[in-house]
Order: sequence, then C-alpha cells, then structure tokens
Amino acid sequence: MNATTSTIQANKAIQSPPERPGLEAIRVKGWLRASKWLLLRRLSQFGILALFLLGPWFNIWIVKGNLTSSLTLNTLPLTDPYVLLQSLAAGHIPYQAALIGAAIVVAFYLLVGGRVYCSWVCPVNLVTDAAAWMRRRLGLKGGYALDANTRYWFLAGTLIAAAATSSLAWEWVNPVSIMHRGLFYGFGLGGLILLAIFLFDLLLTTRGWCGHLCPMGAFYSLLGHFALPRVSAVERNNCNDCMDCFKVCPEPQVIRPALKQIGQQSPIINAANCTLCGRCIDVCSKNVFKISHRFNQRSES
Amino acid sequence: MNDEITASQPASKSRRRFLSGIASAAGAGCLMALGVGLYARQASALPAQALRPPGVSSETEFLSACVRCGLCVRGCPYNTLKLATMGEPVVTGTPYFEARSIPCEMCDDIPCVKACPTGALNRDLSDINKARMGLAVLTDHESCLNFLGLRCDVCYRVCPVIDKAITLEIVHNPRSDRHAMFLPTIHSDYCTGCGKCEKSCVLPEAAIKVFPVKLAKGQLPDHYRKGWEEKEKAGGSLIGEQIRMPVRGVEERIP
Repeated sequence: MNATTSTIQANKAIQSPPERPGLEAIRVKGWLRASKWLLLRRLSQFGILALFLLGPWFNIWIVKGNLTSSLTLNTLPLTDPYVLLQSLAAGHIPYQAALIGAAIVVAFYLLVGGRVYCSWVCPVNLVTDAAAWMRRRLGLKGGYALDANTRYWFLAGTLIAAAATSSLAWEWVNPVSIMHRGLFYGFGLGGLILLAIFLFDLLLTTRGWCGHLCPMGAFYSLLGHFALPRVSAVERNNCNDCMDCFKVCPEPQVIRPALKQIGQQSPIINAANCTLCGRCIDVCSKNVFKISHRFNQRSES
Repeated sequence: MNDEITASQPASKSRRRFLSGIASAAGAGCLMALGVGLYARQASALPAQALRPPGVSSETEFLSACVRCGLCVRGCPYNTLKLATMGEPVVTGTPYFEARSIPCEMCDDIPCVKACPTGALNRDLSDINKARMGLAVLTDHESCLNFLGLRCDVCYRVCPVIDKAITLEIVHNPRSDRHAMFLPTIHSDYCTGCGKCEKSCVLPEAAIKVFPVKLAKGQLPDHYRKGWEEKEKAGGSLIGEQIRMPVRGVEERIP
C-alpha cells in the first residue's frame, strides 16, 4: 500500500517538473539583476574573441596569435601554461618570450583563481553552456555518471602522451585550441569535435566535458587554491532549499560545504573547481550568494 | 562477529567504489593517452606538398615545440603560411605552405622566425639563404620543356639563388643530334626550398617540385669516398702514376 502511494507520488513528480531554475529570481529581482553575472561573463568571452578577431577581420592588430600564445600591442606576450607544459614534457625548452608569457598567465590565475579561465575566457564554455541550457529546457535527466576526478587522469594522460610521442599530442584534438584557432585560421573538420562535445554534454552526461574530462580545466583548477576572489554564501540563513543554484552550477559539488556548513564553518566557497561564474548569485531569489574574497569569513548566520 | 561485519560493510563498500572509480579513471586516462599517441604518430608524417617555414631543422623537434599559435602566419607579409586545420594531412594547427600556391619570398629579416615565441622556428637562422624548407627536384624529365630541347629556363630565372641552387647544364641533344639541351640542375648545398621554381613552372602541372628535404634527398653511406675529391685534397693521386694502356682500333682519334 505504502509502496503504491510513493510510486504515485513519484509519478506525479515526474509529470509536473519543477519550474526552470532562475525564474523565481527573475520575478523577485528583475531580469537584469538576475542575469548580471551571466551577461558580464558573456561580455568577457565575446570581448576577448572580438579582440582577437579585430586583426583578421578588420586589420586592426591589437592582439595577434590565439589563446595558446599571443602578442598584445607588439609587446605583451601571453602563453598558455598548460600547452607550454606539454611542450616541456615533449622535451623542448621554449624561448624566453613563451616562458615569460606563461609566467604572467600563471601569476594572473593564481591571483583570481585558475578556473576563472574556464567561465570567463574559454570559448568552449559557450558550447557546453548551450548544451547544459538545452538539457535543462528539454528536461533531459540521468545519463552517464563520470567521476569528476577523471580529468586529472586525463591531464596526466596528455602529458604522458606528449612525452611518449615527443610532440604536443593533445593539441591535435584539444577542443579549446581547435575552437579558438578555428575562428581565426579555419576549422576544417575541427567543428566535428565541438559538435561531439555538445552532444556528449547534452545527451550523455551533465556538464560532462568541462566538469569531468577537460584536462585544460583540470590544469587550471590546480592554480585555484589561493584565489583571492571567491563566492560567499553570506546569507545562507535565507536559503529555502529551492536547489536552483545546484541546477545551474557547472561544478555543483563545490556549493554544499559553504552553503550547508558541511566540514567547514566559513561561508566561502573555497573549492578550486569553482569557476567563479557567478550564476548561483544570479539565480538565487534569496540573495544568498555574493562575490567576496577568501579572507572574508563573516556570514550572517 | 555479526556486528563486526555490518560495521565494516559501509567502509569496504565506499573503498570498493573509490578503488573502482580510480581504476576506471586511470583506464580512461591510459586509453586516451594511447589513442592520442597513436593518432599523433600516424599524423606526424609530413605529406610531400607541405613545406615548413624557415628555421625548422627536424619535424620531430618542431612538433615538440610548436604551440600552434599562428604568430608566424601573422608575421608573414605575403600570406604564404597557413595553419593546418583538422582533416588536412598536416598536423592540426601547425604552420606550413604549399609552393605551388604561394611560395616563400625569402625576406631578409625572416619575420616569421622572429615572431615565433617558443623556438619552434629556430632563431639561430639569421641568413635566409641558409634556410632549408625543402629541396627542389626536377621530377618529370618527360614534360620539362628544357628536357624537350626548348629554352624555357623559367625555374632557373626565378630562383633567388640563381646559378647556385639551380644551374643549366648543357648536354648534347641526341634527338636532333645537332642542338644542345640546357638541363635545370638543382644543388642541395644552396637550394632553400622556397618553392619559387615550382610556383613559376609554366606547365599545367609543375615538372619541378619542392619536397621536404627528408623526402627529396638521398644519402651516401659514411664510408664512401670520392676518388677525385680525395685526389684534390692530397694534391695528387693516392695510388701513384698509372700506366696508360693503348686503346686499339681508335688510336688516331685520341689526341
């Protein structure tokens, strides 16, 4: 008898799905304030792409190159430290320009948090965000449960592959490089890899690529342990357990310790894999979250 | 006894889950490394028509250093270089050029090499004439106009290292038996592989082509010595004066 009731309840739950995350926040705060961080993030992503595209499209050369290595205003070299690490693993000692460029990038992300790269810079984020959005809209559930630590094995795998082939093996297929390079130098069949990632995220695993597999994200997460800006669940008393933040968070495991005081007192989300995308701040109708810094331990609880 | 078992169950379960998680992750990592490694090895052979920019001494060394940023492409004033896209036979993202479409103009200041941040294009190369991007080969003796006895000479005329990298060797034309053939002849000591000869060959399909050096050039075994070179080095024959034997029947024709 009991079992039947619970099945009926479960069926009901399936038939009337809870409303889309963020709608409540839009009602309470207005669309603009409920999309603030998302808009800022898109501005950053497209702004960076625009800077790179000004050259090839309009012949205004502010930045040359691409995300793996670039030269800004003919003076500032920036090099992706993960790509350079592969080159080192392959047995090449790069020139000073690349080393300085990588050092600048490492210093920057140590300060702001490595995975800020993922949500504010990386072009593939646009693809996987679109997949996650569509997955929510279509109400696709379940799929493959991947270990979020798989990415670290992938990271090791790419470096081993570089050493074994003495070439930047991962860069043959790295979707981040392929997408960014493709925009300025042509995609070829590289578009297929991006399509594969989109379908993988959409149909097989929620946030499968960026949240579980991408070795580049894994590398940048290693730079995230000392980041100054952090999201704080400062008003966690107001949380009404609507779960909206968990649904939109690209790394949902990072929220719990701070929000529910599990294993920590501090309201700061300290996990290195928090990408500081700020989407939790947007979708929370109770204004629980706020951008703060790692030393701000105050909470209203 | 029973209590002990129930108490230890959750621990062993989570341990099992942890271990199997690690095992599958490690397996996935190894598989990926293997797959990418195999793909990398297979894809690393450069096709015959693809030439690397100046400053590349070996393909292996180049592939360990190039981060595929395209700064060399931006540095090139003639749009010669392009980055390979996925699906092309050249390693994805690396720079190359095709002589027949846009050859290298051999800039004195070598801007592509200067632009490279990693050293994939080696800055030790300061004289563009020392670049070895490829090696020209007169691949088709049957359609080359000079081999047919005409005076086309275009590949010879456009060569930036004219009379050194390409010379015209005069030989008797056995077909007419009274004319000469001026055969374009390439010298690897001087050919930079810029591709201008292939680009300018007047035939619909070039009779002279530039290939990666590794494809184009043969190699003598180390122990081979050329007698005439040794003779010059020693200032005389190494085996002393030889007796000249008479050649019977044609005595009157030998001076």
